[in-house]
Amino acid sequence: MSTQILMPALSPTMEEGKLAKWHVKEGDEVHSGDILAEIETDKATMELEAADEGRIGKILVAEGSEGVKVNAPIAILLGEGEDANSPVDISSAMSSIQAAVAAEAKDAKEAKAEAAAKPAAVQPTPQPEVARSAVAKDVSNDGRVFASPLARRIAAEKGIDLAAIAGSGPRGRIVKADVENAAPGIKSTPHPEEVRSVVSKGVAKGPSEASAPSALPDARLFFKPEDYEEIPHDSMRKAIAKRLTASTSSIPHFYLTIDCRIDALLAARKRLNDASPKGEGAYKLSVNDFLVKAAAMALAKSPAVNASWTDSAVLRHKHADVGVAVALDFGLITPIVFQAESKGLAAISNEVKSLAERARTKKLKPQEYEGGTFAISNLGMFGISHFTAVINPPHAGILAVGAGVEKPVVTNGKIEIATVMSVTMSCDHRVIDGATGSRFLSVFKQFVEDPAAMLL
Amino acid sequence: MAEIYDVVVVGGGPGGYVCAIRSAQLGLKTAVVERDRLGGICLNWGCIPTKALLRSAEVFHLMQRAAEFGLSADTVGFDLDKVVKRSRGVAEKLSNGVGFLMKKHKITVIAGEAKLAGAGKLAVVKDGKTQEVQAKNIVLATGARPRVLPGLEPDGKLIWTSKEALVPNMMPKSLLVVGSGAIGIEFASFFRTLGSDVTVVEVLDRVLPVEDEEISAFAHKAFVKQGMKIKVATTVDKLVKNENSVTATLKTKDGKTETITADRVILAVGIVGNVENLGLEAAGIKVDRTHVVIDQWGLTGVPGVWAIGDLVGPPWLAHKAMHEGVIVAEKIADVKGVHPLDPSRVPGCTYCNPQVASVGLTEAKAKASGRKIKVGHFPFIGNGKAIALGEPEGLVKTVFDAETGELLGAHMIGAEVTELIQGYGIAKTLEATEADLETVVFPHPTLSEMMHEAVLDADKKALHI
Repeated sequence: MSTQILMPALSPTMEEGKLAKWHVKEGDEVHSGDILAEIETDKATMELEAADEGRIGKILVAEGSEGVKVNAPIAILLGEGEDANSPVDISSAMSSIQAAVAAEAKDAKEAKAEAAAKPAAVQPTPQPEVARSAVAKDVSNDGRVFASPLARRIAAEKGIDLAAIAGSGPRGRIVKADVENAAPGIKSTPHPEEVRSVVSKGVAKGPSEASAPSALPDARLFFKPEDYEEIPHDSMRKAIAKRLTASTSSIPHFYLTIDCRIDALLAARKRLNDASPKGEGAYKLSVNDFLVKAAAMALAKSPAVNASWTDSAVLRHKHADVGVAVALDFGLITPIVFQAESKGLAAISNEVKSLAERARTKKLKPQEYEGGTFAISNLGMFGISHFTAVINPPHAGILAVGAGVEKPVVTNGKIEIATVMSVTMSCDHRVIDGATGSRFLSVFKQFVEDPAAMLL
Repeated sequence: MAEIYDVVVVGGGPGGYVCAIRSAQLGLKTAVVERDRLGGICLNWGCIPTKALLRSAEVFHLMQRAAEFGLSADTVGFDLDKVVKRSRGVAEKLSNGVGFLMKKHKITVIAGEAKLAGAGKLAVVKDGKTQEVQAKNIVLATGARPRVLPGLEPDGKLIWTSKEALVPNMMPKSLLVVGSGAIGIEFASFFRTLGSDVTVVEVLDRVLPVEDEEISAFAHKAFVKQGMKIKVATTVDKLVKNENSVTATLKTKDGKTETITADRVILAVGIVGNVENLGLEAAGIKVDRTHVVIDQWGLTGVPGVWAIGDLVGPPWLAHKAMHEGVIVAEKIADVKGVHPLDPSRVPGCTYCNPQVASVGLTEAKAKASGRKIKVGHFPFIGNGKAIALGEPEGLVKTVFDAETGELLGAHMIGAEVTELIQGYGIAKTLEATEADLETVVFPHPTLSEMMHEAVLDADKKALHI
């Protein structure tokens, strides 16, 4: 029997992805475990393995297609003895793909048509392969919402837009609890699909006609096409934009700054690094490794800070899972050192190195960067003395670390030279109050200024 | 070097062995420690062998009714030893089946009694020898045993617990059953059907007190009609053993006392968790009234130590334990999207005659929750299949939230309702509303049609009444 190969959800939050590369072509025999394709998710590229054996009858989504919805069919796998002409219901598979990409294609088509009419309009960007199949049919609906009957009924009564909430039931189905816990403002939030369509229509029609309040005028309106180069968003850029916009618009941030003397830390670091064995068990501790450890130890002592906001409760976490922001050529990612409070410096150091390395080669697994209870972002190596960072939910805080700078410091009436590092914590005020955050930072400072205290 | 298991489950009952199977399925190296027989109480001394006994009673009852069906069965009788032997055979077969499942999933079965012995360690004692077992995760699933009230201690001869009642060596002419929960009522039903003069004493004001009041009342009437004597709001003050009988002093709520003498007494006054000799206190695990305290995921608060099933508290049901076993295994394996158990979705079944089954809130509890509710009823007498079966006594009842249409509870009494309740369980779990259930096509003629009618009746749309 022929089966459809569906776009996999490689992480719980993945909604769509890019089909980066096919490793098979039509007619190829495949066995369970063979690599079929590479899928680019929000932040990583992952390989799609064959679950069954058979022959690739038809590839439905071309290589390089972006915005392929999770669970959309991407290929047809034929069983033994079947050929591509077997009565495979390709048309129904095709129509579901069409539905999945229709909204985008429609917008693109309109933009294209209007662009052609106006000589000064933007150059049409290359259309994704997959959009071609959608030309035949216009589908206004952009996909099904999976929700239980009870959730639908309650949502209808409360006037909640189901498309705007995430489901917690099996396979992301929206259940009663999701609707009951939906934030009161959810009903006025336009569906992401709608925002996108408004924005892209705005390109051609001009800002005055863009009706959604959240849509800013398209930046292209202010420049001549020959004066800029257009870099299309990759999935990571989209994820950064989506998450951080949501964070700054829904989380009440406030900021706390404290200075830490790090002379003792630098001395300890040098001593420990000089004592590192060669070969197996070798380590090279960075200042940031000490800060991860110190933050984790301070979090363990500050349950009110090591926490997450939900609509019904604050979740106090039992472990300090510390995200470490890693800058990449193509963006930024925050892999997590889980249970960092119970790990030693060498372990943390080696783990961060491994995570960063794999982040650079897009080999991180979703569970290595999703979640976490807190994060650290360090721009000290660029000489930044002080900055603020955006909280990455479900965290309730993030620590922005500046450079260690030699400064004159007055101690007991005498001026001495000390290396001082300024750190600024962004706090989610729904979870952390000023005094709570300050107490955490003072514990953190104590660990940083006297690393031996972490042994207590 | 000693092996380090990913998961070691202490107790091979339904919660424990299911947890082990799910763990093994998820690729975890798994072992089960069992001190007696795989399958636990459920399979060896509970659910399964009682169902075998009750089946014998049911067939016997039908044979007595042969003429009603146009059949003749002139010398209807029974041999208690053979009835018990069949029941033991059923238990034996299924226990062996669990052994086979363990082998199939490459789960190590360690015989002995386990005790927590420091982080990630268990000491397993068998025949005086101690073996250390190391595990990254330990799942306590040691189950429960019958509760003993002071002054009402079982002796295994005249005063039985469920265990002795399962393997009776004589047919008591008269029987006193203390407690009218599922266990007490099932034994009362079994011995009454085989001809014992059965008296049931219940401390609360109705039989099957966890069930919906209407169902309790229906059951009460049906039991009395069968010749059972039922004394509610009554306690047993004293049991005095005679040579071959027991004299009980009963006291009603308003202080009246009476004595009755019965050949045997069955004590079924609840159960207590098997929390002893597990090293719980030393490990820092909290116990509240014989039950281990856990969070919603089964964690005890001590890292790597989980607990499930009867050990962690009511409802004391094998399927609840199994479900918890799966949740814990999946949490250990870090499966995404695991949900904690919602007790309102756990059905309960009692295999007395007539059978009782329910899921969710009773009408009284639904009302007490402050919701506006609507209730549907449908009697067995209006169902063609029930009449054809010669089982016209029974009732199906639904409780809905009047505003959202949520199915809050369903309650049934009558033939085969224990097989029917899952339909409402699915409806609850999938969050079907009355509007969805009304559109379901139920096959005719079946008892299940009554489930449809009871939904329709909540909106005053029942068709066959």
